[in-house]
Amino acid sequence: MDAIRLTIDGQEVGARQGMTVLEAAQSAGIYIPTLCADPDLEPYGACRLCVVEIEKMRGLPTSCTTPATDGMVVYTNTPAVNEVRRTTIGLLLSDHPSECLICDRKERCQPFDICLRNVVVTERCVTCPKNGHCELQEVVDYLGITEIPFRRTTKSLPVDDSNPFFYRDLNKCILCGKCVRVCDEVLGVGAVALTYRGYASLVATFGDKPILDSNCVSCGECVAHCPVAALMPKKAELPTEEVATTCVYCGVGCGIYLGTRDGQIVSVRGRRDGTVNNGLLCVKGRYGFDFVHHRDRLKTPLIKKKGKFVKASWGEALDFVASKLKGYKSDEVAVISSAKCTNEDNYIAQKFARAVLGTNNVDHCARLCHASTVAGLGATFGAGAMTNSINELRDAGCILAIGTNTTEAHPIIALEMKRAVDKGAKLIVANPREIDLVRWSYLWLRHQPGSDVALLMGMMKVIVDEGLIDQAFIDERCENFDAFKKSLKGFDLDFVERTTGVPKDKIAEAARIYATEKPSALLYAMGITQHSHGTDNVIATANLAMLTGNIGKPATGVNPLRGQNNVQGACDLGALPNVYPGYQAVADANIRKKFEAAWGCSLPSSSGLTITEMIDAAGNKKIKAIYLIGENPLLSEPDITHAREALEKLEFLVVQDIFLSETAKLADVVLPGASFAEKDGTYTNTERRVQRVRKAIEPIGDCRPDWWITCEIGKGMGGKGFDFDRPSKIMDEIASLTPSYGGISYRRLEGSGLQWPCPTKDHPGTPILHTQQFTRGKGRFIPLEYKPPMELPDKQYPLVLTTGRSLYHFHTGTLTRRVEGLNVLKGEGTVEIDPEDASSLGIADGEKVKVISRRGEVVARAKVTEVSPPGVVFMTFHFAESPANMLTNPALDPVAKIPEYKVCAVRIERV
Amino acid sequence: MKVDIAKEVDEIASRYSRESGNLIPILQEAQEKFGYLPEEVMQRFARFLRLPESTVYGVSTFYAQFKLTPTGKTLVKVCRGTACHVRGGARILREVEKRLGIKPGETTSDLEYSLETIACFGSCALAPVMVIDKNVYGRMTTTKVGQILAETK
Repeated sequence: MDAIRLTIDGQEVGARQGMTVLEAAQSAGIYIPTLCADPDLEPYGACRLCVVEIEKMRGLPTSCTTPATDGMVVYTNTPAVNEVRRTTIGLLLSDHPSECLICDRKERCQPFDICLRNVVVTERCVTCPKNGHCELQEVVDYLGITEIPFRRTTKSLPVDDSNPFFYRDLNKCILCGKCVRVCDEVLGVGAVALTYRGYASLVATFGDKPILDSNCVSCGECVAHCPVAALMPKKAELPTEEVATTCVYCGVGCGIYLGTRDGQIVSVRGRRDGTVNNGLLCVKGRYGFDFVHHRDRLKTPLIKKKGKFVKASWGEALDFVASKLKGYKSDEVAVISSAKCTNEDNYIAQKFARAVLGTNNVDHCARLCHASTVAGLGATFGAGAMTNSINELRDAGCILAIGTNTTEAHPIIALEMKRAVDKGAKLIVANPREIDLVRWSYLWLRHQPGSDVALLMGMMKVIVDEGLIDQAFIDERCENFDAFKKSLKGFDLDFVERTTGVPKDKIAEAARIYATEKPSALLYAMGITQHSHGTDNVIATANLAMLTGNIGKPATGVNPLRGQNNVQGACDLGALPNVYPGYQAVADANIRKKFEAAWGCSLPSSSGLTITEMIDAAGNKKIKAIYLIGENPLLSEPDITHAREALEKLEFLVVQDIFLSETAKLADVVLPGASFAEKDGTYTNTERRVQRVRKAIEPIGDCRPDWWITCEIGKGMGGKGFDFDRPSKIMDEIASLTPSYGGISYRRLEGSGLQWPCPTKDHPGTPILHTQQFTRGKGRFIPLEYKPPMELPDKQYPLVLTTGRSLYHFHTGTLTRRVEGLNVLKGEGTVEIDPEDASSLGIADGEKVKVISRRGEVVARAKVTEVSPPGVVFMTFHFAESPANMLTNPALDPVAKIPEYKVCAVRIERV
Repeated sequence: MKVDIAKEVDEIASRYSRESGNLIPILQEAQEKFGYLPEEVMQRFARFLRLPESTVYGVSTFYAQFKLTPTGKTLVKVCRGTACHVRGGARILREVEKRLGIKPGETTSDLEYSLETIACFGSCALAPVMVIDKNVYGRMTTTKVGQILAETK
């Protein structure tokens, strides 16, 4: 392992090839003062404090830029180097508040003591929030500096407090450049730069504007890296305890430490080791947890009496729910589970539906995001999940990102893509909107919403015609190629150009790059899945990967980016109407027998209803009671008006949530669940990695974990097999019944978790699927034809509405709308419209407009921007005040039953 | 942004490839064209070169040759190098300041004149030196300042 041996301060030290002298010293526990070196950043050599003496080298080299070599002899603490360091620090301190650094009373002073040095209040050490863990203080102490040899000057710049989460006080800035480099090198944002020069040098945004008015994404990485107090979180309370857990927002599944003090969450920081995020976080992951302690949290069960919610005890509420649910036949009830809840919660929810209620009517919101993935990749590969892992992306030669605005929806994966581009990968972005990734792309295909099949088939036609296919892979690993090849005939490039709006030569170039710059990874998200032909879209991506042999190898694959933190897990654990945990079909008699034996009951054999069908069935009064866990269909369903009418017809609705959501207000009983910070469990992220969620604080009020609540209802209805006292035992039962989770136990999940399939106790997990053969045996090519979206613009509704997400909010906003700072960053829904369309309608930027579709109308502020192409407007669906899903079209994909969220026809009127 | 500015920006950009190394020559051309670097011009070039806007700002504030505010039609530079200083450069500068009513680095409100100082123009034999646009005026006196400024009107 240690290829290099060197001597530092007389101590023999081992180092790996490629390490710098500084890294070698740090790994051996030898302190070398430095202010600009950082493990996340390239060596910079700017602060000149890490200078050392090295035998046989002239001068004083900076240890952070000097590679360690075998036999090197290094001295880190000699009079010569310390002399240079003292001068450097002296110059640095000559315009930095310094009483916090060199005062001899530093250790003894109290906040309200009169300062003997009689300096201005802002310069006092005890009022500096970084006092005690400031890297500059550490360096000054190391060098024993007690006075500053140069004439003092002071800056008096106003503190920039515009960002809701952190302060920028440039008076304390030491110009180490870390914030600039993190923002540029790691985040690829570049909100700040070093500006001006000499004494006037300043870290500034474009035009010296407040940070809030810049392109800053508020991820707080600069704050986490600032060595002094120039960048400080506004909530700077230090935790007394930290718990390693998993972020609750998106499907990336970043590792975090939740810091607590007096039973409150006070801090969050990224976990570095063995996590997908390597310590990095986005704005929601770092600052988005205020919802846990929000005053709106449900604290007791509520029962609706005479139209009003009345507080109830757990005994009362659970008995009431159990006795009511007993009164319905099994085809009159349904369970809606949640992709926000843990694997254990979902397992119990579907077991309750099947074993106690006796119905397969169980589904969750994956129906609305990736049902077409499960169907499409199931038919072609045999497994509807991301085939490869996130950290492989950096080694890709080509990345095709279609229908994913990764920077906003999966920020940490976007960083991985940018890293790949930095390393030379060619990024092809296929998206109607000019999303952030376009700036990083080699090629941008701006196709019409809903024309993905045409675009991908056009690319495949080029690949086949030009002989760029991987014939050996197709012959050996795939089937049905000839039938597929015939279906390409309909996609000559003139037709494709007319349909997609993308010039022919660009399509051909994209095809050539994808086929030749191997390994090529394909990423997609809801831009592919949420169409009335979503399954076809998914199949097209799978065909493309098989055609070029870009599957089953590192840094390739078809990679659906899942939305919710645990949508993968909720699917895996069988919160679906047609499969038990591990995608074992309910229609298969042998499998049904296995579950009947394990659960000690008889189980229904026919598939249940999907979530969209449940809503319709509620409208027809076929479904009379719904037990709904942690979902908010009144914002997330397409055509909300219809969904509300249907849910109002229910005889009995139980909603289990942490807040009184739009849907919970309709409920007959509301049960308060515990948030992710208050319970143990596991989430499965988008790359199939099962990771631990750990309890950091006691449940708020009288909340209970979801699995506990469902178990109690189950027991109350006479169900057997619900006597769990902790979630690890639920996982043991899951492992015994689910082959792909067979080797998973809490003990094995310590550290970085496990990627399924993990069938046995000694299986290391599977980072890449389909390496030797496809899950279904042979990869199946499926012929496709182009189908336009169900609703196209016409005279009455001339514009296309497409919906999506914002970085600052999550899903229906139940959590993020309760984080004050996120609402400062984005407080209302907007409708993005191209400048040409805006001017022909006479609409100005920021004006309120009415967006009208055949199903409803909403009012939102117009944002005039070239991001939207002419003829297409864009809205997010996070905001209850301007619910985009009043407008969307509930037309379903015939296979996956996913609604067409991404395309509907609207018109815009001035208010 | 006004359409004509966008057109002129795109015209400059059309002669360059989208490599970050082209930033400085592009900014120089833009400054030549507009007399200074308006914010929207820098933003459009940032988008063209795929650079963060802040990076463009960092470069344009680093170099003294780039101006971020409008400059006057006539640029007056007074030398404050050693030779000029010894021969009374400071008095020349004071006289120019008095007559134009502005300090170095400023522009008259009618956008006619901008005033700058330079560290040495390299014509020390002619000290003290004043430069107006591309014309050099040597052996300056306070009386000559008035005459020369009047001529440039």
